[in-house]
Amino acid sequence: MNNEMKDPAYIADALIAQDIDAYLLKHQHKTMLRFITCGSVDDGKSTLIGRLLYDSKMIFEDQLASLESDSKVVGTQGGEIDFALLVDGLAAEREQGITIDVAYRFFATDKRKFIVADTPGHEQYTRNMVTGASTADLAVILIDARQGVLTQTRRHSYLVNLLGIKNVVLAVNKMDLVDYSAERFYDIVADYSHFAKQIGMDSFLPIPISGLKGDNIVEKSANMPWYQGPTLLGHLEEAPVSDQQMLEHPFRMAVQWVNRPNLDFRGFAGQISAGVVRPGDAIRVLPSGKTTTVKSIVTYDGELEKAVAGQSITLTFADEIDCSRGDVIVQSDEPCEVADQFEATLVWTAEQEMLPGRPYLLKIGTQMVTATVTEPKYEVNVNTLDHLASKTLGLNAIGVVNISTDRPIPFEAYAQNVDLGGFILIDRMTNATVAAGMIHFALRRSQNIHWQALDVNREAHAALKNQKPAVIWFTGLSGSGKSTIANIVEKKLHALGKHTFLLDGDNIRHGLNRDLGFTDADRVENIRRVGEVAKLMADAGLIVLTAFISPFRSERQMVRDLMLPGEFVEVFVDTPLEVAEARDVKGLYKKARSGQLKNFTGIDSPYEQPQQAELTVNTVDLTPEEAAERIVQYVLREMS
Amino acid sequence: MNSQSVINTGGQADTLTHLQRLEAESIQIMREVVATADNPVMLYSIGKDSACMLHLAKKAFYPAPPPFPLLHVDTTWKFRAMYDLRDRAAQAAGMELIVHHNPEALEKGINPFDHGSLHTDMWKTDGLKQALTKYNFDVAFGGARRDEEKSRAKERVFSFRSANHRWDPKNQRPELWKLYNTRKGKGESIRVFPLSNWTELDIWQYIHLENIEIVPLYFSEPRPVVERDGLLIMVDDDRFPLREGEEPMIKSVRFRTLGCYPLTGAVESNARTLPEVIQEMLLTTTSERQGRAIDHDQSASMEKKKQEGYF
Repeated sequence: MNNEMKDPAYIADALIAQDIDAYLLKHQHKTMLRFITCGSVDDGKSTLIGRLLYDSKMIFEDQLASLESDSKVVGTQGGEIDFALLVDGLAAEREQGITIDVAYRFFATDKRKFIVADTPGHEQYTRNMVTGASTADLAVILIDARQGVLTQTRRHSYLVNLLGIKNVVLAVNKMDLVDYSAERFYDIVADYSHFAKQIGMDSFLPIPISGLKGDNIVEKSANMPWYQGPTLLGHLEEAPVSDQQMLEHPFRMAVQWVNRPNLDFRGFAGQISAGVVRPGDAIRVLPSGKTTTVKSIVTYDGELEKAVAGQSITLTFADEIDCSRGDVIVQSDEPCEVADQFEATLVWTAEQEMLPGRPYLLKIGTQMVTATVTEPKYEVNVNTLDHLASKTLGLNAIGVVNISTDRPIPFEAYAQNVDLGGFILIDRMTNATVAAGMIHFALRRSQNIHWQALDVNREAHAALKNQKPAVIWFTGLSGSGKSTIANIVEKKLHALGKHTFLLDGDNIRHGLNRDLGFTDADRVENIRRVGEVAKLMADAGLIVLTAFISPFRSERQMVRDLMLPGEFVEVFVDTPLEVAEARDVKGLYKKARSGQLKNFTGIDSPYEQPQQAELTVNTVDLTPEEAAERIVQYVLREMS
Repeated sequence: MNSQSVINTGGQADTLTHLQRLEAESIQIMREVVATADNPVMLYSIGKDSACMLHLAKKAFYPAPPPFPLLHVDTTWKFRAMYDLRDRAAQAAGMELIVHHNPEALEKGINPFDHGSLHTDMWKTDGLKQALTKYNFDVAFGGARRDEEKSRAKERVFSFRSANHRWDPKNQRPELWKLYNTRKGKGESIRVFPLSNWTELDIWQYIHLENIEIVPLYFSEPRPVVERDGLLIMVDDDRFPLREGEEPMIKSVRFRTLGCYPLTGAVESNARTLPEVIQEMLLTTTSERQGRAIDHDQSASMEKKKQEGYF
């Protein structure tokens, strides 16, 4: 065991043994600080955390015993205690000797309880670092004193700043390996200051430390008399927590759940994200804008006179106004904004890359809406901070995009209110969390574009034609027979006196969509435009037929969502790939197989079969004429 | 509740204490589940963490009772005092109590004396899966904490399980801010851990402040025990087969964790009140899970068990 290590028991409060009741009373009033440590294995991050746990007596005897034996077997400290082993958790990671996820550690001092988010520092783990930083009140950025400010230091600092962490500690570690040199320390600090200014970081606190030897961790280092500032732990005990900073804001609370145990009680449960609320306060429910006053603040422990940011409470209102999950309750005279188009920064967290135009689920506060993102305005190189042109975002990429939601949502800029400005994007098919986002501001466009109310509405258009509008959406592989069948269907409907229009894939690509290619992103945009056109035509009262491969479920769902229930008829033209390829009417499969044609559906680009198509026509058993007749019968039966 | 209650900020101090912050977080997590799940359930193991979790559930949904049932996956080998409290606690909370026994284990008479780790596998791991499937629960609250064991430090608050209840540590969703992605595919389920960020001391302190009833076995009393494989095992009923030469002795003991009585080691102690228990815990130097036989096999054993579906 390291001789310089002190007996951990020195931290234990004498009060515990003497007067446990007094001790408990004291600890009841502790606050809690959450922080993140940023740095790589080489910076001694795990060693530092292990040291904090050890010095605050969070390591028990049996853990210490297994630590000592593990240190001898797999340790990197030549048989001495390897603190890093305390914090490396999952078996797979231990084998690789690297942490790959976010781990949370706990320790406490007399003043505070601490939760440390321990995340890996490599670029491929940006999403893990962002996750850890999202709940942190403070960040400790570790630098190896021998190395100084490195590329990864810049990356970590950029991410910490991006996530809005105001309290930053620059821990210059391994001072023991640079002879505790003040000059070296101040050089690094000067270097870092320059960079901090560049990224708009307002302030940071530099502390020279040695995690391994314990300098300036708990006690002031005798080796660095030139340093007069606080120790690391001393600073962690004093730094302000986030909830405190939200107290001065106007009141905001997203409604999580409406509590209705009986007819006499209707309460709105949520966690206050900003400000203070008292009975009698005038409030407004957004997005509806309805106003009332707070009748009571209900808790299991009795009604409260006042509740503050961070508390989970239940409010009752003086008046019966509409309010449900997803709504935001705000101070009446200082409401937040409501909008449906935003500029935001995205951190992409999924292997599957971002598809501009594809509808994703967006969760913000307690609200879930559908949202589409534009192509990135730029992608940020997290190492150089350069802005790069990009068509999409891949795993761990960060970029600025515009987002539009399917309905207006109450929000605040992330920089002002994390709860109402931070969001996640979810893939509708896989349910994976694909991105974390931070709202910058609402685009003025959305405030200025209003729906023009039209006197001759869609019902009037349809009534004149004496039919129900519909979109009959043919989907299937190239060569499956979509266009052929759609053509026959249109002829038949026309003969029956129906007003129809056929949008054909190839024809649209000659005009409206001639700027689009065949990448996944372009395919998504292709279908989005066709969907919007089909919708306008249906609004005009027409029965619209579309013949597009439309390979992705998400986009077909998007068009379905544009239409009223029952107006979207998905027709799956089911032809096995071998059959379509054998037909090869346009010779495209041959080209695709020979590599002349890229991104060809069925060959090197996927086709996602419909799961709930209204109609499936099998073109192996049916002739085009028979298939068309089935569809016409369906339309006559269901659409009149 | 009295004026000492944790949630009352009492006028001046607007910065929440650590327990207030933890309480608010747990409540937020529970409400998020109830607002988005089809058929949630709370796993109730009768230990101190379960007691704490149940108490938080009462707070989260007050004045309504918690809008889900309690599920106890029983092994028939719990301490008698645990069964007592279980039935009373459920009733006091106004919640339905579902007790599940693995019928196969029951039929085969699986017990901790003759069947070793098969006992835990069948009664607990298989039993839990059976119960979740049988009642079609899509979300189950569990009382696990991140500070309990190294592999748990990385566990998400919302932990996804495949249709066959397996946990894939490499395929967990990032959890940012308070935004939990609660969407799941067909057949998938979620284990939710509202006490993730609590430590053992937090739990004890909260129980103390909120006057939460816990099983008396946590407090020291003279009890009949035998020493076996380095653990003090309490002879809780006459199903306990004494080995040759074994004679139960009366010792002042208490339990730091509660499980099946033949698998749970007691510690010698004089702590008869909650403050004394906390005092002892703070002065002690042995970590919590050491009283459980299950962890002793190998360092990474808990992670293995978890992948297989043990909580």
